Amino acid sequence: MLNQTYETGPKKPGALQKTPTGIVGLDDITGGGLPKGRPTLICGEAGSGKTLFSLEFIVRGATEFNEPGVFMAFEEKAEELATNVASLGFDLEQLKAGKKLRVDYVHIDRSEIEETGEYDLDGLFIRLGYAIDSIGAKRVVLDTIENLFSGLSNQSLLRTELRRLFHWLKEKGVTAIITGEKGEGSLTRQGLEEYVSDCVILLDHRVINQISTRRLRIIKYRGSVHGTNEYPFLIDEEGISVLPVTSLKLNNNVSTERIPSGIVQLDDMMGGKGFFRGSSILVSGTAGTGKTSIAATFANATCQCGEKCIYFAFEESPNQIMRNMLSIGMDVQKHVDDGLLTFYASRPTLNGLEMHLVAIHKQIKKHKPQAVILDPITNLITVGSVSEVKSMLIRLIDFLQEEQITVMFTALTLNNIVNEQTDEGVSSLVDAWLKVSDIEFNGERNRGLYIMKSRGMKHSNQVREFVITNNGLELIDVYLGPDGVLTGSAREAQQMHEETGKVIYNHGLSRKDREIERKRKALEAKIATLQSEFESVEEELNKVYVEEELVKEVAEKTRLEMTKLRGGNDTDNMNDKKSS
Amino acid sequence: MSSWEQGSPEDGPHKTENIIYKLRLFVTGASPNSLRAITNTKAFCETYLKNKYDLEIIDVYQQPLIAQNEQLIALPMLVKKFPLPERRLIGDMSDTNKVFKGLGLENIG
Repeated sequence: MLNQTYETGPKKPGALQKTPTGIVGLDDITGGGLPKGRPTLICGEAGSGKTLFSLEFIVRGATEFNEPGVFMAFEEKAEELATNVASLGFDLEQLKAGKKLRVDYVHIDRSEIEETGEYDLDGLFIRLGYAIDSIGAKRVVLDTIENLFSGLSNQSLLRTELRRLFHWLKEKGVTAIITGEKGEGSLTRQGLEEYVSDCVILLDHRVINQISTRRLRIIKYRGSVHGTNEYPFLIDEEGISVLPVTSLKLNNNVSTERIPSGIVQLDDMMGGKGFFRGSSILVSGTAGTGKTSIAATFANATCQCGEKCIYFAFEESPNQIMRNMLSIGMDVQKHVDDGLLTFYASRPTLNGLEMHLVAIHKQIKKHKPQAVILDPITNLITVGSVSEVKSMLIRLIDFLQEEQITVMFTALTLNNIVNEQTDEGVSSLVDAWLKVSDIEFNGERNRGLYIMKSRGMKHSNQVREFVITNNGLELIDVYLGPDGVLTGSAREAQQMHEETGKVIYNHGLSRKDREIERKRKALEAKIATLQSEFESVEEELNKVYVEEELVKEVAEKTRLEMTKLRGGNDTDNMNDKKSS
Repeated sequence: MSSWEQGSPEDGPHKTENIIYKLRLFVTGASPNSLRAITNTKAFCETYLKNKYDLEIIDVYQQPLIAQNEQLIALPMLVKKFPLPERRLIGDMSDTNKVFKGLGLENIG
């Protein structure tokens, strides 16, 4: 489905020329429209939109491509037809007055007619030929020519005449649509596909789980490449829209511009800059984990940058969201008043998925926002299967990326297999995935936020505690300790515990310091005592020495005196001195 | 053409002698079907409705607008405008029994 490409470039010479239908999306899947100058068969069950489809082809041709058209109605009268499509804004009367349209009601009633022999359908040819020539019609619708079979009994004659009619239409060079009711085991009750072999489109209207979805399939298109899938389409107040509105190619532009998430710490986790512009972000989590708050914070941040945002709410009413956000200190009302923020709330069960997709498309085309929020996508599961939701989201993301619009989805996860699948189904599509989970520990619940993935940027792989405060959302580093991850009061307790430890530690540290000081002082005192002891010993020793010296001196003196006294002379004295 | 008003509708087909059948035959140029239809119709009228009919033959090619107004699809077609109810007969009128039935003439067949 994704790698399907349609030729939109210049036509090759000699290639089949096409007539644009003007029906949104159909020209994409047919590569330009219906085969020009050839009849196309549109078949389907009653109420599948054949008449509207063919009438829109005529009206769009007249209004948008200046190609007048003839509508030959075999079922409804011209006035009934005009009333039926007035609600779609098609003013048939005005087109008729402007010679852009001719409606011819063909009435044929078997009870009024007696067949008396050979006949042909020249009357129809003349009427049609006259109608075409009178306004120069390029488009013709026969809705539905099968009614002839109930009005006339000569089947083989009718078939010959129909074959002649389609030849004649080709010769006239008009692009024709023939409608036919779906029959048992064949495309149409009367086997019209036998005559119209250039292009056959089947319309289908299915109701699954009480939700209706219209689908369209091009069964055959000679000489042209075309989309072969069943494409959902819908009929709303502006006519038919066939999806995909965008062709599904994977060649969107990318931006390296980053936009804030509204939560500073979350931006920090993604390299300090936030999401890429035009990326898709999934926020998933169990009930009550604050997904809507994250989404609203992102919307708020977008609006604060002066950019536009549309909030598609599938669960809460806008007023409810605004009130709830006020409780966390976020005034989104003012952005609504400024015209930056638009709420679009609807119950998922209101429409089928395709209707939702088109509603989203329309809102986006109308407001041209820079960011879009879908809250929550899991509610869409109620109206479609997982694969349908996924295919819808693929198309939505594709469209948004083309328009460079950032989108944030929220998804509720339950311990339920279906929703787990949604998560995974969608998670492969998105560029960034934030997961908010409950961490239940120590008798309380706390929220943890992880970045499961974030394409193309460095991002933190750690869990952060996600706290909703009166002033908005905050992320706090969780405590990673020997006991594992601690959050909430356990984290606070642990922090307090650590604080206390620190004080005690500091206290202990200073006590030890004092002890050392004291020891030092004691040692110093001891050193002083020893010093003084040493001094006294030294003094004592000195004293002995001096005394000895003195004694010696005195003894010498005394000996000399003694010598003198014994009658010695100076010579002796001299000798003594020499000898000493 | 004289005075078909003489025959009042209440008298119905029972008083056929007073009624002028107002017939219109739509044909397409000189196609074989058309030619046969003209011949057959004229013969039928001359045989069964002598002096009691007013036949108008219209070539639809000459007046294409009439095709829409008269709700013409299959041609040739013979329309019995009077007496009421209006009846339409298509084909080349070769099946005389059906023409009788179509014109409400079973009684005088």
